[in-house]
Amino acid sequence: MTFSPESLFGRLEDVQSDAGYDEHPPRMGFFTDTSICIGCKACEVACKEWNMVPDDGFMLTGMSYDNTQGLGASTWRHVAFIEKPVDVPVPEGSGPTASTGTDLGMPTVGVPQVGDQEAPSGEGGIRWLMSSDVCKHCTHAGCLDNCPTGALFRTEFGTVVVQPDVCNGCGYCVPSCPYGVIDVRHEDGDGRAWKCTMCYDRLKVGETPMCAKACPTESIQFGELTELRERAQARVEELHEQGVEVARLYGADPGDGVGGDGAFFLLLDEPEVYGLPPDPVVTTRDLGSIWKHVGAAAVGLVALGVASFVGGRR
Amino acid sequence: MAEAHPVGFQWVVEAKKRGAQVIHVDPRFTRTSALADLHVPIRAGSDIVFLGALINHVVSNDLDFREYVVAYTNAAAIIDERYQDTEDLDGLFSGFDPETGHYDPASWQYAPRPGTGDRPAGEEEDEVDAMSRGEHARHSHEMAVSDTHGSGGPPVDHKPDRDETLQHPNCVFQILKRHYARYTPEMVEEVCGISPEQFRKVADALVANSGRERTASFCYAVGWTQHSTGAQMIRTASILQLLLGNIGRPGGGILALRGHASIQGASDVPTLFNLLPGYLPMPHADLHHDLDSFLSGQEGKAGFWGNVRSYAVSLLKSWWGDAATAENDFCWDYLPRLTGDHSTYTTVKLMIDGGCKGYFLVGQNPAVGSANGKMQRLGLANLDWLVVRDMQMIESATFWKDGPEIETGELETDKIGTEVFFLPAASHVEKAGSFTQTQRMLQWRDKAVAPPGDAMSDLEFYYQLGKRIREKLAGSTDEMDRPLLELTWDYPLDEDGEIDAAAVLREMNGVGPDGAALSSYTQLKPDGSTRCGVWIYCGVYADEVNQARRRKPHWEQDQTAAEWGWAWPANRRILYNRASAAPDGTPWSERKKLVWWDAEAGRWTGHDVPDFIADRAPDYVPPEGAKGPDAIAGDDPFIMQTDGKGWLFVPTGLADGPLPTHFEPAESPFHNPLYSQQSNPVSTWVSEESNPLNPNYSEVFPYVYTTYRLTEHHTAGAMSRTLPYLTELQPEPFCEVSPRLAAERGLTHGDWVTIVTARTAIEARVLVTERLRSLRVGDRWVEQVGLPYHWGPNGLVPGDSPNDLVGVTMDPNVYIQDKVGTCDIRPGRRPRGPALVAYVDAYRRRAGLGTQHGPGRSNGEEA
Repeated sequence: MTFSPESLFGRLEDVQSDAGYDEHPPRMGFFTDTSICIGCKACEVACKEWNMVPDDGFMLTGMSYDNTQGLGASTWRHVAFIEKPVDVPVPEGSGPTASTGTDLGMPTVGVPQVGDQEAPSGEGGIRWLMSSDVCKHCTHAGCLDNCPTGALFRTEFGTVVVQPDVCNGCGYCVPSCPYGVIDVRHEDGDGRAWKCTMCYDRLKVGETPMCAKACPTESIQFGELTELRERAQARVEELHEQGVEVARLYGADPGDGVGGDGAFFLLLDEPEVYGLPPDPVVTTRDLGSIWKHVGAAAVGLVALGVASFVGGRR
Repeated sequence: MAEAHPVGFQWVVEAKKRGAQVIHVDPRFTRTSALADLHVPIRAGSDIVFLGALINHVVSNDLDFREYVVAYTNAAAIIDERYQDTEDLDGLFSGFDPETGHYDPASWQYAPRPGTGDRPAGEEEDEVDAMSRGEHARHSHEMAVSDTHGSGGPPVDHKPDRDETLQHPNCVFQILKRHYARYTPEMVEEVCGISPEQFRKVADALVANSGRERTASFCYAVGWTQHSTGAQMIRTASILQLLLGNIGRPGGGILALRGHASIQGASDVPTLFNLLPGYLPMPHADLHHDLDSFLSGQEGKAGFWGNVRSYAVSLLKSWWGDAATAENDFCWDYLPRLTGDHSTYTTVKLMIDGGCKGYFLVGQNPAVGSANGKMQRLGLANLDWLVVRDMQMIESATFWKDGPEIETGELETDKIGTEVFFLPAASHVEKAGSFTQTQRMLQWRDKAVAPPGDAMSDLEFYYQLGKRIREKLAGSTDEMDRPLLELTWDYPLDEDGEIDAAAVLREMNGVGPDGAALSSYTQLKPDGSTRCGVWIYCGVYADEVNQARRRKPHWEQDQTAAEWGWAWPANRRILYNRASAAPDGTPWSERKKLVWWDAEAGRWTGHDVPDFIADRAPDYVPPEGAKGPDAIAGDDPFIMQTDGKGWLFVPTGLADGPLPTHFEPAESPFHNPLYSQQSNPVSTWVSEESNPLNPNYSEVFPYVYTTYRLTEHHTAGAMSRTLPYLTELQPEPFCEVSPRLAAERGLTHGDWVTIVTARTAIEARVLVTERLRSLRVGDRWVEQVGLPYHWGPNGLVPGDSPNDLVGVTMDPNVYIQDKVGTCDIRPGRRPRGPALVAYVDAYRRRAGLGTQHGPGRSNGEEA
């Protein structure tokens, strides 16, 4: 295995070779088209059943229909629900999904104000965005880079998996993820880290991950990453033609801060609205530069030390 | 649909991808609305005005599919001159008897044809004269006779006189125009809270997508059925679809999305008090005393229902086998008989009064799932014995120790004499069997694993129960035991030693004189040579193959996909598909062709099994006096109707009128702006101390509530509230209100609130959301409280059951309960223990409620 600058940041054509595989199958991934997500949460349930993930507690959050709150050690698929009143009248025939995106002051998820209701019924209306979030299986995965035990590794499919029998619960991976996906299991566990495996055991026998299999509308699509990216681009263009200008891809760009996601999305608004970071960058991007600076600082200190001894002896 | 049928909804998503327009009409903005092109918020219970206005729009502007309407509906039929409409009588039709509270439909019939022997209805000589007309109407009402027409139309005496120009003042088309003349977009805004702009969008979309080249379809669920005018709401949609030519055509129709995966099956092979399999009526002790009297009035009528004797005799032979012979009326006398209204709510009242001793609850949880939970539990408390079969310890089995009435002191555990037997049930993967869904399609499930421990399927349970009862009765000489002892009760067993479900399916399919499986209900005979458990299912086991088990993927078939499962009747996927071709037998358009006449072959052909007599030419005219299927003309697509036409106007068969009419729900904050008649005059209400109704236009109960479902939970919650993976998705009971209502009552998002009706008060958390819109109705705002109903005291997260709030008022045709009413809502948790009763009593006093209060007439007693 060669440790090159591309290994940490920037475009990386073949993530499996970079990880050391001589031969490997094509890179597999998820394309989640949130424009056809119906918020049924079959993905959440199917994932938990297959992977025997414990339940996450029974608490009404008040966050619309999202009582799962976010990805974590015991939630590997999370469906977000965002209710947005529509201020402008919706264009003829194009429905709630066609309205313009959020004006980013700050995204609001609080209680709508009474004043909104004075409009006669039918005007304005409401949008309800729904999206199934998942581990991004980044090309440059911060969790993987920082794991000291080697529990996290890159599979032959290009996915990122944590081995529960190796993980020692140090928790270094947790702050390393720019998306806040991986976490350690406190209640119901011994502090080890857990996250989506893209159903590695199912991939090994040529099967589809459970969430994709369960999704009734095929919002979650599984397949070869290159093919999914082409499909997604066509879908965005199709939506634009239908007047849904807000549609855009998220995580599909190999030139982005994590080298592109193995699990990417089609969104109908700004990423922040969905609780996603707008410009995620792998935390180890600057590792090379950090070491260089450390090295330079060390040399500088040594030089200073030598200079102080060489300089004045009396 | 996305909420309650997420898997089915994938086809709506697929259709949308292919350019279909999706419009969602619902009081709340749901996950369906999120993907629809247009969401139309509507006041719950006001749908007849909305749909009636669409009808008015279509007929007033000549936007109907005229050729279809003239040829295939009874628009041209001329009605009896005695008929008077709700426009004439301010909300009543002619024939209403205020003493009995029933309609006599004599004046709604087709007019007698000049020059024939037809007599005006009510003047014919038949058995009905032997009993007063009122009595007969009362029995029909009790038996919920309209249910029995589930597979075809009620019989009319003769085909009507027709004016094909649709100008005759008493023809159905003109009557329809007059009836809906005041259902305007302005009325829609006033009653439903829907703006004229939104109404126009819906109307334009519907009209643009109907006709020769395009079709539109309606999908509905319990938002239409669970009302005191529920049957009529659905009727309004069918009138609209007939006018637009959308029935019997691909991409058209009206799809009932059921509340349960096999509810269609539950009426086909019925669990209903008034039906025998295949929609044969249950006999009534006062009206029927032998097979002939049972069949009179039905057999010989035009259409396939005219062969009812074959279906009935084949059923009797299936049940009593060799013991049933022509000499003993095929054991017809063994059938139990109705003596009145035995529908569920009436029976619960009977339990409270001590008249019903025992109860089997099989996969049903009325303490949470039925209206008026307290009434349900009072009924359960007054039984001698109760058998509950379920997969979880449901509230209906534990009411005696932890029901809400134990907490308030209204019931005391050691004073409840009911002996409760709880028997564990097998889940749907632990037994073989079929589900019958919306499209009348039977889909077979194999048994994947044997049920654990003592759990067993319902089929095995009843088989064993019958076996043991027969063993106990063996050797008896009592006449009363003969019906049980002579039943055919020998079935093969499966590899686990349980009754073989496929054998039962085969029995439903039926066998001929040679014992081989039949393939079509046309093979059934009235002479006892055929046996058939469910005549509409005949063909599901054709060629000794379980057709319901077929699983050819849709990508290997054409659009009809006839080799997946099996649909009744005869695997016809779209009912009345003769209507997809013009009267001359050619398709209405190339784009929408489904079934057409092949003149060379002399047969109907196409993409679907033709729902028609295979070799009946399009120009065939039946001779005068023809009976049964012989009376079906070449252009009569509605083969189960005696006149072969789709009924815009229903002369007979519905208890509350030939045309849908808007009435306010039994509890409403509004006066009916259309008529003086406020609510459905024929709807029934259970007169019971625990079932008072809120007074109308009351300031004490100023808000509208409606119950509904969430994707994450299933019906009364026994199968979801007990599972962690589902419970964590919607963990605590909540209600939904608009921001305006929250401000008006001081409700804080996420906090506890109390909701009150005359029945009781419950508590829940509140979600303040714009998905519940405040609607402008008339000169005021109307607020609706949304209540997902899945919770109860048992399970991983206990909660109050919203159905405890609901009063029992019922649609008079099918006795379904209303799920709309009025309520109050206040911040904070509810009082506990006896203080709860005092709290509700205070509300009742403020509302001016005496002991009993109800609309229309009460069931069995005067209001």
